[in-house]
Formats: sequence, C-alpha cells, structure tokens
Amino acid sequence: MFNNTPSIPKPHLSSTNQSAPIKDEAAAVTVHDLTVAYREAPVLWDVDLSIPAGTLTAVIGPNGAGKSTMLKAILGLVPVAAGTVEIFGHTSPAQRRLIGYVPQRGSVDWNFPTNALDVVTMGTYGQLGWIRRPGKEQRERALHSLEQVGMADFAQRQISQLSGGQQQRVFLARALIQDAQLYFMDEPFAGVDAQTERAIVQILQTLRNEGKTVVVVHHDLESAPEYFDWLVLLNVRKIASGPFAETFTTGNLAKTYGGSMSLLRQRTGEPLPR
Amino acid sequence: MSILHDLLFDYTLRNVALGSMLLGIVSGVLGSYAVLRGQALLGDALSHAALPGICIAFMLTGVRTPLVLLLGAGIAGWIGTMLLLRIVKDTKLSEDTALGVVLSVFFGVGILLLTIIQHNENANQAGLDKYLFGQAAALVASNVITFAVLGAIALLIVFLFYKEFKLLSFDPDFASSIGLPTRGLDILLTSLLVIAVMIGLQTVGVVLMAAMVIGPGAAARQWTDRLPVMLLLAALFGGLAGVSGAVISVQASRLPTGPMIIVSLTVIVLVSLFFAPQHGIVPDALRHRRDRSSLRAPDQWETVDGGMQ
Repeated sequence: MFNNTPSIPKPHLSSTNQSAPIKDEAAAVTVHDLTVAYREAPVLWDVDLSIPAGTLTAVIGPNGAGKSTMLKAILGLVPVAAGTVEIFGHTSPAQRRLIGYVPQRGSVDWNFPTNALDVVTMGTYGQLGWIRRPGKEQRERALHSLEQVGMADFAQRQISQLSGGQQQRVFLARALIQDAQLYFMDEPFAGVDAQTERAIVQILQTLRNEGKTVVVVHHDLESAPEYFDWLVLLNVRKIASGPFAETFTTGNLAKTYGGSMSLLRQRTGEPLPR
Repeated sequence: MSILHDLLFDYTLRNVALGSMLLGIVSGVLGSYAVLRGQALLGDALSHAALPGICIAFMLTGVRTPLVLLLGAGIAGWIGTMLLLRIVKDTKLSEDTALGVVLSVFFGVGILLLTIIQHNENANQAGLDKYLFGQAAALVASNVITFAVLGAIALLIVFLFYKEFKLLSFDPDFASSIGLPTRGLDILLTSLLVIAVMIGLQTVGVVLMAAMVIGPGAAARQWTDRLPVMLLLAALFGGLAGVSGAVISVQASRLPTGPMIIVSLTVIVLVSLFFAPQHGIVPDALRHRRDRSSLRAPDQWETVDGGMQ
C-alpha cells in the first residue's frame, strides 16, 4: 500500500487476543464517541457502535442522518471532531487500507475520459503503490472483476455511456478487485433496477459467506430484512444497533424516523414488525 | 519554405516560436487536468495573483532579470491559489466567488504596485507592464532554455504520477480511501500549473494566460474519450497555437505575439467544438438527423438495465 502495512485480520480464528471490550465475536469496526460537525452543526453526535466481522450490515436512517458521513469518517475522508475508530481492533490509520470503498455514484463526474475497465483497474492502485503502472496482470484481474458483476461486455465502453445501474456495477467491481476484508458501500442500490439490485445483493452475500464484512448504506425498509443480518439505525445519534431481527422493531424505527412513521407504514403497506 | 527556413535560422523567430511552443505544450497538459477537475478558471486566478509577485520581486531586488521576476510571480501565484483553495474549504463562499475575490484583490494590488514603480525615478523600471500582455517578441535564447528546463520538470512529474493524478481527478474520495495523500497531490498538481503560468507570463501575459490553460484541454476533450490521448492532443494543440501564433505575428504582420497565439488557439478550439467527429456540434446534429430518419420500432427490448433515478 502507499505507506504503512496494515495488520491483517484473522476473522473467525479467535476472539480472545484483543483487549477491546467486544462481547463474543471479533469486531470489524468499533467506533467510540464519534462526533463529526460541519462548522457548528453536528452531523454525527457521540456515536458508539461495533459491527461484528462476517456480517452483512445495513446502515439505515432518514436523509441527513449522517450515514455517508459515518462511513467517510471511519475511512478518514472527513475531519472528526471527537472519537476513535478501530478497524479489526487497531486504531492505526493504516488499518483503513483493509476497507474497500464504493462511494455514491453521484460523487464523481462520469464524463471523465475513461472506460469501464480503466475505472475497475483503479482498484489495484493501492496494491501497486507509487508510480508503478498497472500491467497485464492488473487488467486481467479487472476484466475478471467485471465478469463477476456481469459487465465484461462493457469493458471498453466509455463510462458516460453506461446506465446508472451499470455505473454502479463498475464501482462494485472496482471494490471487489481491492480484495478487502471489509467493504463500505454508500447506496449501491441507488438508481438501480430490480434485476441489478438482486445481482448486487447476491455478490454481497457471497462476500459475507467468504468471511468478509460488508457495510451498506441502505434506504429501502421493505427489502432490508431480506438482505441483511446486522443493522445500525442512525439519525445523527445512533438509535440502535444489533442483529437485524432484534433491532428492526417498530419502536426503534419510530425513534429513527421520528414523525414520519405514518409515511413509512404507507410505504411498507402494513404495520411494521412488533 | 521560407517560413521553415526562418524558423530554423532566424534567431528572433526561432526563440519566439520555441518559447511559445513550450508554453503551449506545458499549459496544454496541465490545463487538461484543470479542465477535468472543474477548475478551469484556476489558471486565471493564478496568473492574476502573480502580478504583485512580479512587482514585489522587482522592488526588493531592483533587477529585471526574468528568472527573478518569475520566481516572485510563482510565489505570489502559489500563495493566491492556496488562499483560494483554503477559502473554498473553510468558508461558505462558492468557488467562483472565492476566485473572484482572490483574482481581483491580487490583481488590484499588482496594478497598484506597478503604478508606484512607474512613478518612481528608477530608470530600470520600464517594461514591467509588459507582463500584462506578454512580450513574446522579446524572448531570447536564455528564456527559452529556462522554459525548457521548467517545462521538462513539470512534464516529467506529470508522467511519473500519471496514475495518481488521474485517480485524484476522477475520484478523490476513493483516492484517499486507498491511502493516497490527496491534499499533497492536489498541491503538487496546482504547483505544476504555477510553472505553466510562470512560462506564460512572459509570453502571453497575465490577462490572456487563462486561455492558454483552458483552450488546449477543452479542444482536446472534443476529439477523444481517453485521458492519455487527450493529454497528448492538448500538448499538440497548445504547441501548434504557440508556433503558428509566433510565426504569423513575426512574419506576416506587426500584430503582438501573445494575442496572436490566443487567436490561433481560438481557431483550434472552434474547429474542435464544431467538427470533432465524436462530440462536435455538426457531426452530432447530422447523426441525430440520420438516426431519426432511420428509426424503427424495436423487435424486442435488448436489455432492461439501468433504471432512471
């Protein structure tokens, strides 16, 4: 990587070697008292949470709840007012290199002069280090990664000529090639049709089954119970976090979304669980 | 043939043409990054901010050696740009507002200092105002060598950090997430643009420098969807504008070289905007018309991909 070598985690081996106060399973991410503010207004307030390794975790909350900001703060992309972040039990910034990141699709200019294969190859830059150029090996891996997301036929396509769903899959392929232990995905289903969403979920579940940890900013309460096994409810403060079924309760959702609960009921079409 | 002969053997024309070509190549390549990063007017702010630097360098040293003045220009331009980036980051002002503030404050101070210098008795002062519109016709061999060295350093760094600068320009958040020091790279890339502006101040001047930064990149983008090709084309267009502007102004007319270079560049930009095969306005309109006349009902939908937002 670019500077320090992060310590490689060994999930599923033992959970007794770390001093961190984690209940029974090793945590992929532990956040203590995390506060982020843009000027005076707090975007995240005193968030404490722990996401166990090997989970497929949803981060759910209303617009402006600080979901993206939390991912960015953990990645070190935004300045933090207070708090500490541990990745696999270590606070060193080098640990962030263990995270594969899928930013929001709208965060880049898709008119940039490049093609799908090249964007995916960017996922190898961290492993390549300074100055070294990607070669045949990197391009082959990028092609393989595009195959995994069903985009091999579009490798040479200029990225502005891809549909929203295809662009999203290119971003996913770029994260897959990073071969990370932990994945952060910021709204990977935004602007994606149902078929693509199912394909993406399948890939995420495969990653989870391989022992990787996947954290996804998600919006759709209806599909969430089907996709995820761990849940973080966020609205500037952490409202609740835990195993999905235990945490996805009407009470918690009411606290997360405040007055707009009736709207939520309309959207899900029936009373929410419990 | 006589133009070619003069280009090779006429001392003045050779220096003017070479100097202008070097400017076009360097500002074309670095300007491409500015265009892609949505910072096209950075070059404008930078060159205007450089003016007080030229004046202060002269007041401190009392010499008119271009290298000394350009060093002052580079430092002032660099400070102005860092101030600009800082304002955007730390205040609620938008980028164009911050740009307007930095540009006009620095340029105003520069004009003020220029006036003070001109009212001074020092006989040595004449010529500082040439930096406003450039003095390409006065380029000598030592200037050209300075340009070549500065330009070579800038282009070498762009070549070495090609992949880092590309990722910084396309997706800075992802670049940070894999551990690239994006802030340092940002400062490095901007500093290279300062070098391009330093070369340009003596040739096309403070006021027209923005065109040299934006023009070649904007024209090159029309012809290709690949970054390496775009960078090469921008260098080619910038160099071509420099040489042709120099030749026309020295050979065929008594028009000033700086503005002539910009006029040549404008022709290249216009041709690119209208006639570039993929993105040009004319081919695009023709394609549109042809497509519409040959439109048929689809037999079946090929893909059901990519819902709209």
